[in-house]
Amino acid sequence: MSVVGVIGELLITAGVLVLFFLAWQLWISEFLMGGELTAEASQQSEEWNASAAPTDPPSDDPTDEPSDDPSDEPEPDPDSVAFNPPVTAAPSDQERFAALIVPRWGTDYYRQIAEGISTTGVLDRGLLGHYPTTQLPGQEGNFAIAAHRMGHGGLLHHIHELQLGDHIYVETAEGWYEYSFRNLEYVHPSGVGVIDPVPQDPAAAPSDRYITLTSCNPMYTSNERIIAYGIFDRFYPRDTSAPANGAPDEIAATVNGEA
Amino acid sequence: MYGALWRALPGPWWVRVLILVILLAAVAAALVFWVFPWVDQFVTIQEVTVE
Repeated sequence: MSVVGVIGELLITAGVLVLFFLAWQLWISEFLMGGELTAEASQQSEEWNASAAPTDPPSDDPTDEPSDDPSDEPEPDPDSVAFNPPVTAAPSDQERFAALIVPRWGTDYYRQIAEGISTTGVLDRGLLGHYPTTQLPGQEGNFAIAAHRMGHGGLLHHIHELQLGDHIYVETAEGWYEYSFRNLEYVHPSGVGVIDPVPQDPAAAPSDRYITLTSCNPMYTSNERIIAYGIFDRFYPRDTSAPANGAPDEIAATVNGEA
Repeated sequence: MYGALWRALPGPWWVRVLILVILLAAVAAALVFWVFPWVDQFVTIQEVTVE
């Protein structure tokens, strides 16, 4: 057996290893991490349900039928909590304070959102990261979050598949904020206008509540950023005495661990 | 190198194939669960935020 033969075999082995690593980074890790990430988000939701329970007994007392509560009507009036949602309490750095649910990406798409856009502290850990300079769910302005498109869970892998009107839900301890997807935009990495309180209009004072998702584009590279915008529709308060804990029907199975 | 490995394995050809498949699976699992996650922290090039 010649020395050249051994070197050749080593080189072939190295090539196969590199290809295997790329396949792992782009597809296998996402597949392996998915179930774990969904389970973590479900567990957090259960904890929120558990800690919400003690505040609810007063509403259980009067009757079993919450007949006069406007938030239980199909079309709540404009003054109800549905359109005046609570503002999420400011999270500490790297705290997992929310979750993202997007039915378009499958019933098992349930991913946690943490504070900050640190690569090693948040994004590389299979989390979506909230831009700390942007607003929080319920605040007028822009709730902007970022995540990997490939690798590290590939949380925004399918961002380009969103269609007009698709619902994007953000869950917090208080409940579910429903946004409707409006449009995609492609910007340079320096395009910070996308996370303005009113996206791309730095001078404007916000009167609406937006959500902005940012990730890399084209896939596998970092030359551009792909941006998805949504606008706030309404809020569903967490209510452990209600069916599905108050979650909207569309995501009831996902957030209650039945997906 | 791989020829020597093949000759070093005991048994008839199908036993050797079986051993190789098991070895390959073990190596693949070690790569996926330990080696690749460790290497990954040095080679990530994707930037997903605007700044």
